[in-house]
Amino acid sequence: MSSLQQDVPLNWYLLLSALLFALGVVGFLIKRNLITVFMSIELMLNAVNLSFVAFAYQWHEVKGQIFVFFVMVVAAAEAAVGLAIIIAVFRVRATLAVDRIDLMKL
Amino acid sequence: MNTPLHLWLIPLLPFAGFLLNGILGARLPRWLVSVIGLLAPLGAFAVVVWNGILAFEPAERLIWNGPGQLPKVLALPFAETCPQAWIAISGLHVDFSLVLDQLSLVMLLVVTGVGFLIHVYSVGYMHDDPGYARYFSYLNLFLFFMTTLVLAGNVLVMFIGWEGVGLASYLLIGFWFQKETAAAAGKKAFIVNRIGDFGFLIGIFLLLANFGTLTFSEISATLTANPAFTTGILTVICLCLLLGAAGKSAQLPLYVWLPDAMEGPTPVSALIHAATMVTAGVYLIARTHFLFDRAPIALATVAIVGAATAIFAATIGLAQNDIKRVLAYSTISQLGYMFLACGVAAYSAAIFHLVTHAFFKALLFLAAGSVIHALGGEQDMRKMGGLRRKLPVTFWTMTIAVFTISGFPPLAAFFSKDAILYAAFVSGTGGKILWLVGLVTALLTALYMFRLWYMTFFGETRTPDAHPHESPWSMRVPLVILAALSICGGWIGIERFNSYLAPSVGLHPVSSNIPHLELILTVVAVLVALEGLLIADKYYRRKPQRPAQLAAALPNGYKLLADKYYIDEIYNAVLVKPIFALSRYVLGWVVDGAILGGITWLLAGITNLPGMILQRWQSGNLRSYAAWLAAAAALLLLFVLVPWFLGANGINVHWSGVIGR
Repeated sequence: MSSLQQDVPLNWYLLLSALLFALGVVGFLIKRNLITVFMSIELMLNAVNLSFVAFAYQWHEVKGQIFVFFVMVVAAAEAAVGLAIIIAVFRVRATLAVDRIDLMKL
Repeated sequence: MNTPLHLWLIPLLPFAGFLLNGILGARLPRWLVSVIGLLAPLGAFAVVVWNGILAFEPAERLIWNGPGQLPKVLALPFAETCPQAWIAISGLHVDFSLVLDQLSLVMLLVVTGVGFLIHVYSVGYMHDDPGYARYFSYLNLFLFFMTTLVLAGNVLVMFIGWEGVGLASYLLIGFWFQKETAAAAGKKAFIVNRIGDFGFLIGIFLLLANFGTLTFSEISATLTANPAFTTGILTVICLCLLLGAAGKSAQLPLYVWLPDAMEGPTPVSALIHAATMVTAGVYLIARTHFLFDRAPIALATVAIVGAATAIFAATIGLAQNDIKRVLAYSTISQLGYMFLACGVAAYSAAIFHLVTHAFFKALLFLAAGSVIHALGGEQDMRKMGGLRRKLPVTFWTMTIAVFTISGFPPLAAFFSKDAILYAAFVSGTGGKILWLVGLVTALLTALYMFRLWYMTFFGETRTPDAHPHESPWSMRVPLVILAALSICGGWIGIERFNSYLAPSVGLHPVSSNIPHLELILTVVAVLVALEGLLIADKYYRRKPQRPAQLAAALPNGYKLLADKYYIDEIYNAVLVKPIFALSRYVLGWVVDGAILGGITWLLAGITNLPGMILQRWQSGNLRSYAAWLAAAAALLLLFVLVPWFLGANGINVHWSGVIGR
């Protein structure tokens, strides 16, 4: 038993995680810059990671930790692909404002 | 016990030829296509002949020292059945069964033998055609279906062959499908045959409903065991079968497709539309003779249809100018003879005439094909003439065929036609009328055949710019062989033929106790044929201007014959036009356009309208999608949290429905 667990209860980690996730959602919804939107996504992912780790620590389950590694791998891959797409979009449209990138409409 | 005869080889060899030439033929060299196309019918013919030898020879004369076991005695009928049942549902059991008996053996010899000769002829005739391999694959396909039809041990297998020869006939009539008339003729043949096949199918269903089996031998046994079997239903079945036979064999009122079928290549006309396929109707009646024997009304109908067709077609043949159409009407007329023979229960006489007809009519067509080939595709007899010296082989073989069909002794058709006329004469009072009709038809037959002969080979050359040349050996050899068969084919005599076929089709009287009756009838028939020759000689050789004067003197009569009694026009006005109108206006506009189209339009509208509304949702704006996503996630969260909060305060809430909790 480490002192960490005794001093800081699980609820606090979960609250922090929820707060970070909510920040990510809000940023994703209101920000106009594509890179900021992208960073918001990363923020949401890491919020989830935090709750995974906290639960894993609480219940001495290694599965949660392993899951975090998977999320990190996916996030890294996503970052690579996502940044590449952003660069490609910028080259074509010379803007990163999400409102102007609406080609998904038929 | 019989050892296996491998009857299945007979249809399957041509089928293998069809597959090889049909799939690979376009890539193979021509000589290989010819070899495949010729080996298939030759192999089938060899198997048939081998089986025939086994069936004819007494057992002690078969000397075979090898280890293989020869059949001690080949007892006919010999049946071969596929061990796997074809259709086996309660109350219905149908096998793939092939049966060889005297009747099918005779038919097979004709089909594969004459078929092989015509294949050989085709090598020369079709030599320059770009569709050479396609032609041979179709021809082999025809032989496959025809041998299946002949060997069938039950009605359903026969129906496969029956439909199959119709298909092959359609494909070969429309062989030069770029030609509008050829494609139309193919369709006409197919559709008219459908009408007949409809009758055949109804007949099959009635057989199944009343006998519970479709096997010929079992139906025959049931009939023999129940002498009191209802005649009414047998008459209906036989009339249905007669409709099928009339369609296939081009009898009144379904004969209209055969003259148009002459659009196909001439060897096809010889094989399918003269020698073999069109005789399938006669074969069907002979094969199911045990039904017809018990249905006198149906039998009388067969005789009347046959006699009427014989004289009807013969009169049209008098006024035709296309050499192949004359032969086509002659074929219809001769098929009428065979139906007439069937109608007076003289089945073996019908089959006898079928065999000799296969020889001389195939020869007539092939010789006509040789003339057409020599003149570079010319079929109008008015533009022929004087070909006697230029095409000696064709001339002499054609001469033999013309004398044969007219019934001069001792050529083949003399014996068979005589047998039919005799059988008609001795079959009661009505038979005398049939005999008279047959006799008049014989006169007309001789007349139009000698007319063809004189117009084609005698007189002045009417095509000065053409340079006729004798055909290659591959065309001349079949002509000579068929000419020999046309001479000798009847020498077996109706008595022997009758007693040989008796196990299959029963006996019919071939002699009577009235002295000299046979001789008198024979002399009358020959005199009538001679009269036909003399009239044709007078009108078409000595006074060639007379026919035109006669036609001018009787313009209406001549035009009636030349225009084939306007039957095509009548059918067109009475049947084709109303059906077209029904299809176009009632079925096409009302049913298809208004009803079906309306329902489809309504269904499309029902899905289209919400789609038009909902598509506004798909704005293409990333943040709008994200907002919807977040809102939905929040809703889901509420969905879970609200009951939890309420539960914590003592109120139990259960969402009913899809989300099981």
